[in-house]
Amino acid sequence: MSELSASRIQNNPKYHQLVAQRDSLAWTLSTIVCVMYFGFILMIAFAPDFLTQPLSADSVIPVGMPIGVGVILVSCILTAIYVRRANHTFDPLTDEIIQESLK
Amino acid sequence: MRTWKTACLATLATALSLFTSIALAADGAVPPVAPAEPPINWHAIVMFVIFVAITLGITYWAAKRTKTATDFYAAGRGITGLQNGLAIAGDYMSAASFLGIAALVYMNGFYGLIFSVGWLVGWPIILFLIAERLRNLGKYTYADVASFRLQQGPVRTMAAIGSLIVVIWYLIGQAVGAGQLLHTLVPQISYRQSIVIVGTLIIVYVTFGGMKATTWVQIIKAGLLLGGATLIAIGVMAHEGFSFEKLFTDAVATHPKHMEIMKSVVPIGAKANPIESISLGLTLMFGTAGLPHILMRFFTVTNAKAARKSVLYGTCFIGYFYILTFIIGFGAIVLVANNPEYVVDVTKNILALKGGGSMPAVYLSHAIGGDLFLGFIAAVAFATILAVVSGLTLAGASALSHDIYANVIMKGKSTEAQEVWVSKVCVIGLGILAVLLGIAFEKQNVAYIVALTFSIAACANFPILVLSVFWRGLTTRGAVLGGYTGIFGSIGLLIIGPTVWTKVLGNGPAIFPYDFPTFVVLPAVLIVAYVFSVTDHSESAQKERAAFNAQKVRSETGLGAEIGASH
Repeated sequence: MSELSASRIQNNPKYHQLVAQRDSLAWTLSTIVCVMYFGFILMIAFAPDFLTQPLSADSVIPVGMPIGVGVILVSCILTAIYVRRANHTFDPLTDEIIQESLK
Repeated sequence: MRTWKTACLATLATALSLFTSIALAADGAVPPVAPAEPPINWHAIVMFVIFVAITLGITYWAAKRTKTATDFYAAGRGITGLQNGLAIAGDYMSAASFLGIAALVYMNGFYGLIFSVGWLVGWPIILFLIAERLRNLGKYTYADVASFRLQQGPVRTMAAIGSLIVVIWYLIGQAVGAGQLLHTLVPQISYRQSIVIVGTLIIVYVTFGGMKATTWVQIIKAGLLLGGATLIAIGVMAHEGFSFEKLFTDAVATHPKHMEIMKSVVPIGAKANPIESISLGLTLMFGTAGLPHILMRFFTVTNAKAARKSVLYGTCFIGYFYILTFIIGFGAIVLVANNPEYVVDVTKNILALKGGGSMPAVYLSHAIGGDLFLGFIAAVAFATILAVVSGLTLAGASALSHDIYANVIMKGKSTEAQEVWVSKVCVIGLGILAVLLGIAFEKQNVAYIVALTFSIAACANFPILVLSVFWRGLTTRGAVLGGYTGIFGSIGLLIIGPTVWTKVLGNGPAIFPYDFPTFVVLPAVLIVAYVFSVTDHSESAQKERAAFNAQKVRSETGLGAEIGASH
């Protein structure tokens, strides 16, 4: 039963659409997080002077501080984007695929 | 039920006798010439006792509702997204991140931010690549997923060894932290007694209440910790007129290294080292995504959708908390450093605190809200340790019972009842082991523990999990050799690295000059897993590749996934 459903799903174009869409979103967002974070880490490794320069002449706050906090905030926002997209697009599509496989 | 009551009474009796002996020591036995006994911290004790009473009540409630293996390991798969998000935060925000990041910032300023950022960015990766697929494929442990279409025996054994090493070392770090914290705050309870209290409570929570009790202990702890940290941060900002500029200017003025705390991207006094910074960055990010007690949380929710939501909630709570710890660390520089009430000797070193390096956040609460608030934050820190240790113990016990006992030794032929019984024995064993190791490591430098656990998680658990889910070509041979490369590569390089070779063993300059081996080991694991998979032409390897399509259908659609409790 379940094996039959699984092979039906593999022949359903909607399944391939789901996988392609979700993979592309997941890997794009993962790449953004990695580029952002490793950008921060590479600046720490190779351009610390840029990160530790003060925000302005009369400030002690280094540029890296809002950047670091920004990485945290953007990470939260990207998780929210993924969850929203999954709730609105991927879940209905998955339900359709499962329903069709059980017919 | 009778056993539960007996155990519960025994715990209470132990705790009561301990507190009575403290009270007696304080009231009756004060010889006139005795050295000044520190006053008893009643606020902290009362709050500890209230927390323990509430959590034992929850354990009693959970024990009555824990009947099947799914109840025990996965809370009956009835946890909602929001609840699991809080529990994830409660499982993950350990004493190392609350007391540890605050202490790192207190000593080194800006450098501490790297940890706040690095420990958060693993979460989006967990969401995008792991959480839903893990829920769809697995039953109780991440080894279920890694071995889904591979040979059960070798892959589960490797995954269970990776899990157990992470769990046991993480436990040591938490136990030592608990002992030091409790002993410092309530000097009448010795270091050993503190660890025994923690070990006893954990065994009671987990053997009787399983994942349900663990989850609710973690949820309550997350609420307390987020609330407590918010209050400290508000207190700091109120003191600084709600100006970040003033907070940082005052911190620079107070800290003995002044502007260096804004300029240094390595621990103050250390030499800048680009490769070390990159390796640290890799370890923090991918280590998070390979912690067995964290991965286990995704099996407790109803379905993949709830798993996904729980990461969003968890990430937001954890991100918010890490921003707070940063404010707390700088607040401690302003309010705790140079304060004779907290510093050992202000004439020598204005940073060195009584009770050791992890105390800045705790003393800051005293500077802001007096004894009552200190008592509250101390109880929160204690609750933090209990919640994390419960999650760890359950993850370790499930690796031993579900992976090693039920699937490797009994080859799936044991009954559910036998498996749960073995789990409970393992919980007791791990609890006792944590107590003994905590006592053995009392005087040891445990700073390398974070590096060790996160390195193994990042180099063994994480890559094998991702490869098994996403890469059709992975075979048993590649997974096993890759996994062991990660485990033994990390351990080997840590032993010959600066923290263990030089600082712990005192052998002089380290053979491998980096604290974090991830930048070498992680690529090595990927290469080994790749090479030994693609060159594997055995018949079983062909079958494993062929089984990928069916696995993919289940991981993507949830068809055939373990059914969650309906609400």
